[in-house]
Amino acid sequence: MPSLKDLKNRIASVKATQKITKAMKMVAAAKLRRAQEAAEAARPYSQRMGAVLANIAQAVGQDDSAPRLMAGTGKDDVHLLVVCTAERGLCGGFNSQIARLARDHTRKLLANGKTVKIICVGKKGFDILRREYASLIIDRVDLREVKKVGFANADEIGRKVIALFDKGEFDVCTLFYSEFKSVIAQIPTAQQLIPASAGEPVEQSDAIYDYEPDAAAILGDLIPRNISVQIFRALLENVAGEMGAKMSAMDNATRNAGEMINKLTLNYNRQRQAQITKELIEIISGAEAL
Amino acid sequence: MVMADSFQFELVSPERLLLSGSVTSVVIPASEGEMTVMANHAPTMTTINPGIVTVTFADGKTDRYVVFGGFADILPSGCTLLAESAVHVDEISRDDIIKRIEIARGELEAAPNDEHRAGIERYIAQLGTVQGTILPA
Repeated sequence: MPSLKDLKNRIASVKATQKITKAMKMVAAAKLRRAQEAAEAARPYSQRMGAVLANIAQAVGQDDSAPRLMAGTGKDDVHLLVVCTAERGLCGGFNSQIARLARDHTRKLLANGKTVKIICVGKKGFDILRREYASLIIDRVDLREVKKVGFANADEIGRKVIALFDKGEFDVCTLFYSEFKSVIAQIPTAQQLIPASAGEPVEQSDAIYDYEPDAAAILGDLIPRNISVQIFRALLENVAGEMGAKMSAMDNATRNAGEMINKLTLNYNRQRQAQITKELIEIISGAEAL
Repeated sequence: MVMADSFQFELVSPERLLLSGSVTSVVIPASEGEMTVMANHAPTMTTINPGIVTVTFADGKTDRYVVFGGFADILPSGCTLLAESAVHVDEISRDDIIKRIEIARGELEAAPNDEHRAGIERYIAQLGTVQGTILPA
């Protein structure tokens, strides 16, 4: 049985913890709003890009002139996985969910006799995947110093991937990230980057475009850019998802701390009462003995 | 004076929508030379070079933006410029451009083939022009 003093200390310590989790929750909430705004602001670009890409791809057609990034290498022996996770923990199952999806994917590919290469974006995913697949990780991108994810960060990763592709290091590239559905729901997602798919043209315009320089050249220029845009979108979704996950994790932690404090306080009061009663009994029985 | 027809123009960078409004003409640094887009332009899709976009609004005011590559989607009803990176002329600093040139120089060293290298050299030259135009020494 802990003494009264022990209980008092524990209550004080849980209260201090609760204050921290509460503060973290509020910080996450503020960051979440900013992350959502950033994701929203980036949407027009990726939407237009998708539409334009679909239109051009249709114009160029799937013949030999289609760029290699789109047509692929014709094989699928070597897979590159780009796993985007957060830099920090304390956000529930956010990081482990993405890592698990990547791990399952890797296992399946390895079982089918494919070669797998992994690029880790974010420290947490690297920490998790390192345990099992340390030899497969060929590179990692550290965004810890980055306060606000910009397009330049995504572009850098995109260039890296394309440079590897040009060197013939892999055939298929898949991007892993967490799609932000809502504050409480983030869905780990795998998206194929290379060979790139252009999607269906959104609007059927009869207008015949003039292309400068020509459609194939524009397409060749667009696809690498689109890869960077996709990575950028994934990073933004990840930031929003991380903050959402952190918010709900910290909310839970705060609530748990509250419950714990209640329980401990009840215990403390009961013990104090017991001690008072005990002292009273001692006094009364002492008086009776006289 | 006859008012020129206006059309919808949007300047978008991956990070945000910089400008969306009704304009009478836009000068864009297209890859085959500068071109002025006005209302009812034939549908055109073009890549753009680093350079300056000059926008003339319906009320006669003009505004200038520096763009660093991208492409434009032109339709009779409107024009969308998807810039890789775009900054308002007032907000750009010499250091910013110099930094970009340095980064490009770094890439030049690592360029895998001549074609790539030529592309980067062209890019650096264009950045130099931009620098000379908006920030005279």
